Amino acid sequence: MSANTIVLSEFPAASRPLPLRLHEWVTTVDHKRLGILYILFALVFLVLGGIEATIMRLQLIRPHNDLVSPQVFNRMFTMHGTTMIFFVIMPMVLGFANYLVPLMIGARDMAFPRLNAFSFWMTALGGLFLYFSFVGGNGLYGAGNAPDVGWFAYAPLTAKTFSVGHSTDFWTLSLFVSGVGSIGAGVNLIATILCMRCPGMTLGRMPLLAWMNLTMGSLIILAISPLSAAQLMLLVDRYLGGHFFDTQAGGSAVIWMHFFWVFGHPEVYILVLPAFAFASEIIPVFSRKAIFGYQAMVLATVAIGFISMSVWAHHMFTVGMSAGANTFFVLSTMAIAVPTGIKIFNWLATMWGGKIRFQTPMLFCSAFLFQFLIAGLTGIMQGAAPLDWQLTASYFVVAHFHYVIVGGILFATFGAFYYWFPKVSGKMYSEVLGKLHFWLFIIGFHLTFDFMHIPGILGMPRRIYTYEPGRGWDIWNLIVTIGVFFQAAGILAFAINLIRSYYRGKAAGNDPWDAWTLEWSTSSPPPVYNYAVIPSVRSRRPLWDLKHPEDPDWRYE
Amino acid sequence: MSPTNIFAPASTPAETIFGLSLFVLLTVTTVFIVVFALLAYVVIRYRNKHSDDHIEPAQIYGSSQVELAWTVIPVLIVVALFLAATRVIMAVQNAPRPAGALEVIVTGHQYWWEYRYPGLNIVTANELHVPVSDPAHPTPTFLTLLSADTDHSFWVPRLGGKTDLIPNHPNHMWIDPHETGLFLGQCAQYCGTQHAKMLLRVYVQSRDEFDRWVHEQQQTAQTASLSDGQRIFESTACVNCHRVSGTPAKGRFGPDLTHLMTRGTIASGAAPNAPQTLRLWIKNPDAIKPGSKMPAMGLGDQEVDSVATYLETLR
Amino acid sequence: MYCLIAAETAIFSIFVVAYLFYIGKSLTGPQPKDVLHAPIFYTVCLLSSSLTVHSAVRRMAAGKTAAFGRWWMLTILLGGTFLFGTAREWRHLIVDESLTIDTNLFGTTYYSLVGLHAFHVTMGLLALITVALFYFANRLRQEHAERLEVLSLYWHFVDAVWVVVFVVVYVIGV
Repeated sequence: MSANTIVLSEFPAASRPLPLRLHEWVTTVDHKRLGILYILFALVFLVLGGIEATIMRLQLIRPHNDLVSPQVFNRMFTMHGTTMIFFVIMPMVLGFANYLVPLMIGARDMAFPRLNAFSFWMTALGGLFLYFSFVGGNGLYGAGNAPDVGWFAYAPLTAKTFSVGHSTDFWTLSLFVSGVGSIGAGVNLIATILCMRCPGMTLGRMPLLAWMNLTMGSLIILAISPLSAAQLMLLVDRYLGGHFFDTQAGGSAVIWMHFFWVFGHPEVYILVLPAFAFASEIIPVFSRKAIFGYQAMVLATVAIGFISMSVWAHHMFTVGMSAGANTFFVLSTMAIAVPTGIKIFNWLATMWGGKIRFQTPMLFCSAFLFQFLIAGLTGIMQGAAPLDWQLTASYFVVAHFHYVIVGGILFATFGAFYYWFPKVSGKMYSEVLGKLHFWLFIIGFHLTFDFMHIPGILGMPRRIYTYEPGRGWDIWNLIVTIGVFFQAAGILAFAINLIRSYYRGKAAGNDPWDAWTLEWSTSSPPPVYNYAVIPSVRSRRPLWDLKHPEDPDWRYE
Repeated sequence: MSPTNIFAPASTPAETIFGLSLFVLLTVTTVFIVVFALLAYVVIRYRNKHSDDHIEPAQIYGSSQVELAWTVIPVLIVVALFLAATRVIMAVQNAPRPAGALEVIVTGHQYWWEYRYPGLNIVTANELHVPVSDPAHPTPTFLTLLSADTDHSFWVPRLGGKTDLIPNHPNHMWIDPHETGLFLGQCAQYCGTQHAKMLLRVYVQSRDEFDRWVHEQQQTAQTASLSDGQRIFESTACVNCHRVSGTPAKGRFGPDLTHLMTRGTIASGAAPNAPQTLRLWIKNPDAIKPGSKMPAMGLGDQEVDSVATYLETLR
Repeated sequence: MYCLIAAETAIFSIFVVAYLFYIGKSLTGPQPKDVLHAPIFYTVCLLSSSLTVHSAVRRMAAGKTAAFGRWWMLTILLGGTFLFGTAREWRHLIVDESLTIDTNLFGTTYYSLVGLHAFHVTMGLLALITVALFYFANRLRQEHAERLEVLSLYWHFVDAVWVVVFVVVYVIGV
């Protein structure tokens, strides 16, 4: 297979007819092309999820607004949540992992290239399934199309009794199918990182990105599997008349919550660990210093992986668990703050004493640090169970997890886009548009999500399509909605930048950032086979050793 | 000021949570200020001023002492927060039930609340009445939370944290309001189409007022003679869902209407209980609460008016 | 393969947890103790097939292809017998005891747990049979022993799961 593509790539791409080029993309098993496919797929869904969010924000701009019906609003938040988690952030981080991990560990491809292609297309199929519900979800006249059960789809709202028609079936099948894809990707990542490292790259010399993706892969196989099992049970209930979550036949609604959150909380770390990974690569390069406390970073990563498996029920402080159980989950939730804090301090220490170059990737990573700090602290507030009795299911929690996912993960991912864009495309992006994107997005982000905490404190529950005047929520909701337009403008600048730079950008060269990890030693974009000669390394920063033969890293490790 | 502000507690559970929240807020704000100051210092002090100078800064790979320090300090903070949270969990969840406690069974239905006072033989809907509780002689109200269909959550921010109503899984919570008045809230667990208009109203009354209300609610419906409206009401599907004590209407799917006119609102707080809104609600419920479970019965204006006139006699 | 097994273990543990959680919570009959009989013979079949597959792979690694074939076919036979046993048990439950997946919570959890396991046995059997076809086509050589080892790992996993399922369904559950 790879011999075949090498022959093809000897011809300039433009000389081949379009169908042939598309066919190559569809049948590709190259980790870089699959990575790009994952990322493009995620960007398309980012726009879809963004449109859904905008519809919701417009509806909530003032009390008793009637832009959309409650049915439509409920579909919007279900689709928005499901899309953003499963079909934007997941494929985005998997795409980067796919593209970068083999390059960074000096391998020519993933361990199982065909499994890799299978995983991507399963994820894509899942996304199509979900959106096909808009067309095909009308099982019964008037039963509604897209799913409207919320992204965590609490039983028994998903039972046939309360969700007639096929919309919930599309939701559950979509998550099951994309879950199979994710498990495949997780297995592949672990196998690649454990078995495909180049000579000299011991586990202790791997880039932190590889370590964090290794932990992420392990979390995927341990966390997505319960989700798939729970989806199977829901399918048994809906199609075979089973009673797993049928409260009329003695079934339990609470057990669905446990099954879902046993997946749901590790999922947060599945998404955030790759964001940590981006920050851990970008911050050292732009501060011109080695990462501070490599061992501590690795230990903290693995610790987060372990602890994250035991915190799930902090999503369930209000379902009536015993005081003892609540106390346990308070402790485990608070405990995870310690390794996370270590990471933040290590990044700060990396910047300390450096010569920080504030180009777009570093701007996004600095904002990531600031926002992730706040997200962590509001997380601590909700980790204290009694405070959570007030704050959970309110707009405070909505603001909190958007701070994690947008302020943390998405900002770091945008940093990653700008950092690796020259490598992937071979072209330099426009720094002006990049900074415009940054400032528009950060203004929009803070307008929307800072002020979103307040209606939560003032008692506004989430998932309501309208609200009563006189609760003191009106002005905050207006500000939150205004922020959306700044974010949308930022995304527009981002899209223009990507497209324009791809066609018109200056050639980037192999190593525009004067960076230190292996991917910068090969050409931009890398050839199909990545490295003509498999590299061999002696330290964590092989390119530093090359550039500074008088003072190489391996003397200190 | 917002009537649903969690920082304006009026009942012991909400007050202890408020106390905890001040401690937690103080702690996280301190952490925020310290870390933010460090970040700001680093960003300003170490930004690269000479872009043409290619000398790399000193490479530092780590420091065990410093790293140990920023592991141990967060551990101590976490332990303090954990102990504070545990104290409040125990105080709220394991509170003893005094002899004077009132018991209410709350059942969540898709988009409305049913309240049963087992000791008092009262059934009502959507507007909960409880006596005020004097800290010296507490008369708290203990709620048993059930659900008839999907998951709901009982949340009146000024009186306490939320507790979910889950089918097949009874839950408990308690409140002891220290001041009289109307306390607002709403369903806080997504329960279906009209989750947004499943509003909560808690009337905290002085002991006398509360006793008067109890007496009123214990009466059966008093209708002088069989009116047109009552005949229509009893001959349509209304009676399948609604109950009016002392009449053939015995449904349990919808709210009990025996004392409808003692309530300030209809449709679970979505509209005031006024002649026009009542008529609109009977004629076309979707106009007030689209997607609610109450069907439009297809009555003519005349019939709607008769039914509303009948309902207006239910005091 | 270890990763796949870890993922599969997570899936099975969710179903096992559901089964354990719902023991004795069925609102209507039949209850497990009235209808379930421990399938000792078939269990012995499945567990001994772990030994035979192990022997087969060892023979192949040593280059003894003929002996490999005998042990491999025996494994398929034992696995097939186990599946037959599950089928008979289900037939008995459905026809004689009228317990189906929508009868009660026991039915739902029993059929999905045992069915999920039977599904894995079927997948394993199909893989075993595929290898057997290669064997009869004389395409199997000593250097394939490592891949067979991976397959046998899966088969051991399926057996180990049965031990758990057996304990949960026939020992704790009745």
